[in-house]
Amino acid sequence: MTRMHITTCLNGEEIDFLCEPHQSLLHVLRDELKLTGTKEGCGTGDCGACSVILDGRLVNSCLTLAAEVQGRSVETVEGVAGPVSQAGTVGLHPIQQKLLEHAALQCGVCTPGIVMAVKALLDREPDPSEREVRYWLAGNLCRCTGYDKIVRAVLDAAAELRNLPEERQPA
Amino acid sequence: MTCLVEIPTALRALCEGELQVQVPVGNVRSIVRALDERFPGFREQLGQSFAVAIDGELIHDPWLEPVPAGTELHFLPVIAGGQETQVSVNAAYAAPEDVEAAVALLAEAGSQGRVLAGGTDLIVQMRTGQCSPQLLVDVKRIPALGVCELGTEVLRLGAALSSAVLREQPEVRRVFPGLVEAAELIGSEQVQGRASLGGNLCNGSPAADTVPALIVADATCIVAGPTGMREVPVAAFCTGPGETVLGTGELLVELRVPRPPARTSDAYLRFTPRSEMDIAVAGAAARLELGDDGRCRGARVAIGAVAPTALLVPEAAEALVGSDLGEDALEAAAAAVRAASRPIDDVRAPAAFRTHLVGVLSKRVVRIAASRAAGEPG
Ligand SMILES: Cc1cc2nc3c(=O)[nH]c(=O)nc-3n(C[C@H](O)[C@H](O)[C@H](O)COP(=O)(O)OP(=O)(O)OC[C@H]3O[C@@H](n4cnc5c(N)ncnc54)[C@H](O)[C@@H]3O)c2cc1C
Ligand SMILES: Cc1cc2nc3c(=O)[nH]c(=O)nc-3n(C[C@H](O)[C@H](O)[C@H](O)COP(=O)(O)OP(=O)(O)OC[C@H]3O[C@@H](n4cnc5c(N)ncnc54)[C@H](O)[C@@H]3O)c2cc1C
Ligand code: FES
Ligand code: FES
Repeated sequence: MTRMHITTCLNGEEIDFLCEPHQSLLHVLRDELKLTGTKEGCGTGDCGACSVILDGRLVNSCLTLAAEVQGRSVETVEGVAGPVSQAGTVGLHPIQQKLLEHAALQCGVCTPGIVMAVKALLDREPDPSEREVRYWLAGNLCRCTGYDKIVRAVLDAAAELRNLPEERQPA
Repeated sequence: MTCLVEIPTALRALCEGELQVQVPVGNVRSIVRALDERFPGFREQLGQSFAVAIDGELIHDPWLEPVPAGTELHFLPVIAGGQETQVSVNAAYAAPEDVEAAVALLAEAGSQGRVLAGGTDLIVQMRTGQCSPQLLVDVKRIPALGVCELGTEVLRLGAALSSAVLREQPEVRRVFPGLVEAAELIGSEQVQGRASLGGNLCNGSPAADTVPALIVADATCIVAGPTGMREVPVAAFCTGPGETVLGTGELLVELRVPRPPARTSDAYLRFTPRSEMDIAVAGAAARLELGDDGRCRGARVAIGAVAPTALLVPEAAEALVGSDLGEDALEAAAAAVRAASRPIDDVRAPAAFRTHLVGVLSKRVVRIAASRAAGEPG
């Protein structure tokens, strides 16, 4: 099978890759591009560990073919944090920071998917209710936390983002 | 000279319960060979993609890695879910930009070709081996399949339109609240970002949520094929589980939904054990038209997941039309719905429960549609 040459915008950068026509975006991200932040839990759309944002929409990268992203824009968890500061600390996004502060992860396998899902939510709805957060995250399974800490972290991150002055808002 | 190999849990049964074995030194390949000789099938069960740890140091591409004497070797096979979950390895991919090109590709590929919309049914089916098409025709780049246009007479919905986009149209929601609520019950946010109305219909699942809602809305399917276009009422589109009227080379282009008359509204309800991410045990949709006197002037009732396809139930509508939508009329409609349903027993529910349930859902959904038609909030 001939490989396909795909050009896409990945985390804000124009990139090229070669893929088999049947390869999922998830596999290309992890195995070809070595961006292993995006996880595979089920491969069938049930767990959300593979969540990425495609042209502004939250999708399961396990159910997206890599070939489909030609000319599109893909955001993965690797693109969420800001650059490392001069002091050497990683510029975590408030969503990531709040997940840490609330101890909203244990093994962390679901976390990249949760971060992307929450980012997609807060990009759309800066002030979600707890109910909205719970429904929005229905497609992100977490075996460890029991979800409660995740929900609290999300509400806290939303509040923080609303209160950040314009110039300190993450890109 | 030997090294110590820790047998992975998943392979212990094959290795006669051994936890650790001493194997002559060499490289990872020679060690796997030695283990395969001693425990036939070891190599196959270990698979091609695994990592090893030699004295605690992780090596990802290990076949030729030397394993010195006295070291301790751990195999790290891929865990379930991380296994080769690639879709069928031979499928080619095309993304035509107009309907004619898509039809030509599909016609040429014949039974080997499949339309790819959101892939939330198709890619799952390919991965679980239920189908293995040779050509995937991605229709999301065809502008005609992405339209969402509410005109004075009809609502035009492109077959590849995703639930996520449909939900964001306030005017469509106002006129067709039941249709939109059915579309937004599908899967998760992630699934809705991709799941299309056309895919929901063409997949032919008896439990597809939007189908009863499309039936009560009296939608028409616009189908393109090698011999031109044809129209099929949505109620006649599915012919059995996983089966539709589509022939070789045919493509669903659009759903056309007539604007309902005044004082008319719709609703959809389903029952699932979980409130999200579950498949309907039973579903019901209704569209109600009220007269100036508040009595029922027109009705359409359809049910899902209780027969090989979603069904329009005219007898239920007859029980409602002309009535004041009181308890007797609702009970008669529920009885008609139960009589029309032909459910199966399966892992989700026994048939008797489904029959009971679909009656209950029909009554509720009629009440909701009627209160919407009367302009009552909620
Ligand atoms: C991230 C994480 C953190 C955890 N932290 C803790 C912790 O801090 N402390 C702790 O103790 N545990 C912990 N656990 C383990 C687990 O959550 C608990 O042991 C829990 O109480 C198990 O309950 P369950 O209903 O999930 O059991 P299940 O998984 O349903 O069952 C466990 C086992 O018991 C058997 N079983 C269940 N019910 C019955 C019954 N009525 N009669 C006979 N057999 C039965 C099952 O067949 C199975 O073998 C943790 C697990 C995870 C994943
Ligand atoms: C986790 C999860 C949860 C889900 N939950 C629900 C649920 O709650 N309710 C529900 O109803 N469904 C559910 N589904 C199933 C699925 O998401 C829906 O049926 C969805 O609408 C399918 O649309 P798609 O665009 O992804 O279709 P695809 O997978 O792209 O296509 C489905 C089938 O239709 C054919 N097809 C698609 N478009 C066309 C066209 N225009 N012309 C001809 N043939 C076409 C394809 O060839 C394929 O056979 C779920 C799926 C997942 C993975
Ligand atoms: S790996 Fe994609 S949803 Fe589980
Ligand atoms: S933290 Fe382990 S699955 Fe969520």
